[in-house]
Amino acid sequence: MGTYLIRRFFLMLLTLFGISVLIFTMLRLVPGNIADIVFNAAGMIDVAEKAKLEKELGLDRPIPVQYIEWISGLARGDLGYSYVSEKPAIKEILPRIPITAKLAGLALLFAVTFGVPLGVISAVRQNTMLDYVLRVVSLSGLSLPSFWLGLLVLMAFVTYFGSIPIYTDPPKGFWNTLWLFSIPAAAVGFRSSALVMRLTRSSMLEVLRQDYIRTARAKGAPARTVNYRHALRNALLPVVTVIGIEAAFLMGGLIVTETVFNIPGVARFLVEAIRWRDYPIVQNLVMFIAVVAVSINFLIDLLYAVLDPRIRYAS
Amino acid sequence: MFTRLSALVVVIFAFVAPATAEAGGPKHGGILKIYHRETPPSLSIHEEATFSVNVPAMALYNNLVVYDQHKPQNSMGTIVPDLADSWSVSSDNLALTFKLHQGVKWHDGQPFTSKDVKCTFDLLQGKGQDKFRKNPRKDLFNNISEVTTNGDFEVTLHLKRSQPSLIAMLASGYTPIYSCHVPPAQMRTHPIGTGPFKFVEFKQNESIKLARNENYWKKGLPYLDGIEFTIISNRATAVLAFVAGKVDMTFPTEMTKALIADIKKQDPTAVCEIGPINVSTNLIVNRENPPFNNIELRKAMALALDRKAFIDIIYQGAGDVGGTLLPPPEGVWGMPPEMLKTIPGYGEVQKDREQARAIMTKLGYGPNNSLKIKVSTRNLATYRDPAVVLIDQLKTIYIDAELDPVESSQWFAKVARNDYSVGLNLTGNGIDDPDQAFYENYACGSERNYTHYCNKELEALFDKQSVETDVEKRRKMVWDIDKKLQEDVARPILMHARSGTCWKPYVKNMTIMNNSGYNGYRFEDLWLDR
Repeated sequence: MGTYLIRRFFLMLLTLFGISVLIFTMLRLVPGNIADIVFNAAGMIDVAEKAKLEKELGLDRPIPVQYIEWISGLARGDLGYSYVSEKPAIKEILPRIPITAKLAGLALLFAVTFGVPLGVISAVRQNTMLDYVLRVVSLSGLSLPSFWLGLLVLMAFVTYFGSIPIYTDPPKGFWNTLWLFSIPAAAVGFRSSALVMRLTRSSMLEVLRQDYIRTARAKGAPARTVNYRHALRNALLPVVTVIGIEAAFLMGGLIVTETVFNIPGVARFLVEAIRWRDYPIVQNLVMFIAVVAVSINFLIDLLYAVLDPRIRYAS
Repeated sequence: MFTRLSALVVVIFAFVAPATAEAGGPKHGGILKIYHRETPPSLSIHEEATFSVNVPAMALYNNLVVYDQHKPQNSMGTIVPDLADSWSVSSDNLALTFKLHQGVKWHDGQPFTSKDVKCTFDLLQGKGQDKFRKNPRKDLFNNISEVTTNGDFEVTLHLKRSQPSLIAMLASGYTPIYSCHVPPAQMRTHPIGTGPFKFVEFKQNESIKLARNENYWKKGLPYLDGIEFTIISNRATAVLAFVAGKVDMTFPTEMTKALIADIKKQDPTAVCEIGPINVSTNLIVNRENPPFNNIELRKAMALALDRKAFIDIIYQGAGDVGGTLLPPPEGVWGMPPEMLKTIPGYGEVQKDREQARAIMTKLGYGPNNSLKIKVSTRNLATYRDPAVVLIDQLKTIYIDAELDPVESSQWFAKVARNDYSVGLNLTGNGIDDPDQAFYENYACGSERNYTHYCNKELEALFDKQSVETDVEKRRKMVWDIDKKLQEDVARPILMHARSGTCWKPYVKNMTIMNNSGYNGYRFEDLWLDR
């Protein structure tokens, strides 16, 4: 098990190194840099002033030099300065992480709380009216675009309650925070729960047809024990994988929800930074999302071993 | 008797009381909440060229002179004192002297003096030790040869030649006075001004907060305790936020006619105004490369335009047909409609198109041999949508165009490289004045003269109108120049857009300028009646 963990950890570091090279190179392959954007906004190009700005920001140096400088800075905890706000990148990035983490965490909680039990119910009651209803609901969750659903929720609030649950100021206190984030989280979580539900259902159906389930039933084990203790535990492996992928996605992929509900989180900030070619922000933010994604994958690998002893023995 | 008297008193009171309340003076206090359409690049007005900066930042500063904030039409007659108590012009029209207000302090407590005015113009002309990171309007002040001070409260701008409209440029929201002691880099991140509001905080993608300047030199002002701009980049969310009362005002001139109708339906009490913003949509043709180096082909393109169709399709009829300068009645210098009609391409569309087809046939093009081109434009809806209409209209004269959407950051670089054949562009004017419009967009060698149109004779007329002090005479000269520019297909103007702003009825003293979107955001005497 120890060797497995060490191997996985080093693989994680290697992945992160690959990602850093990829982010850095891809960002510089995108046409234009901050100097282009700055002058474009002014509707003119002053070649001398543009070159001066590029020199000031170190963009005139060879790309490998720029990469080494970034990585060595990152290792020292120096993320550089935002080209746009001219403030330390760390000060721009850090306050946004908890905002997105809260939203993603709540959305994931919504997805698991509804997705897993409803998936089990749907599988156990296969081809009943309840199963059909749940399948229709889950299909709707997958089909409805988040921005449309989000706007619909906002319109409903304005029409029926005369208020709008969008982020304009940092919420004060636990309940205010929960209230502000729970609505967008539900809008995102609806789609995620639909995905989790469908996967749980199909995985459960497959497991419920296994011989050992039949044996358990033949031995007179209660239905609840068979379904939840014997079947669900084994059906959870692919579900856990999807939950992990969703968790990683939610940390950086909530652009639509953050835009519609005006939440100043990581994804919206990242898109804005890309628009401005604010390299220090984009590089460090993508790197952060990559660390989250890789770490979650690492945790899921560990969870596999807990859920399925065969994986533990094999390693 | 007593009862009758009492009744009379009650009746009189019933009539008078509401009127008194209505006529009650401005109230102090409250935070005005406005949504902002995007994160502005910085709050240093001199370094930026978008009104996304002027709207939140103009309240931080003062100018020497400013357009009267409650007269919607900016003109020479609406310029009022700001930091300058008075100004005078020398007999040879080559020196403009300002007597400055005494006792003005910067937000950090330092005193304001004539040196600050000199520093501002030195910065704008690149003469000082400190430099702007970018200086988009330096050309506007090329005519200033020197700035001299006489004591702490008098400053003189010496001109190379007479330029009556210089005062108009000084009155623009784009020309605030900066201090000597705050470097340009700090002005971008933590601006210090003399204006009615002080900078509090600017969080990207979140908000910009301004607080009342307790020591504002205009006694009793401002009325508001502060202004908060919440950055809401999604317009649908922003409109809903306004309807729900989360913000008191929409971002200025950001509402379309359709959106205003929608807002009025949901909130009939909302006050909404729609008007011109002095932004023209125009056609740019690369006259240096074949086949567009042929004036006949360019003329045919100008004849193919149906300007009304552009306005109807893109702005649901909320727009104006005009030349380079904003058309009347809101525009001060635009050509009158009867003059416009005499310009090729502004008359009857079908007739003009027949003429255009005849030109194209003469040039060897026809239904089976169309000219294949690309129409390049910035990949933003405001550019892309009219470009699609343009492509459709060009088809009528055997030009088969394909849309070439250019990544926004690359647009001006591409145009500056001359790497396009036909393009569609938007041009915003900071002030409704011919000097700015002509020199910036049509003078030989100007950075913003994207089509490289260069007519020395006409440029001499630019100078002639610029020195003319008689407004009526100057107006006629301007009309002739504008007509010539359209006839020369220098940069055919497709339309002038109109757009709207909404605010809640308790927001008082709000005036939206209707011939410029850059000059009306001082907010010093705006108040909230709630």
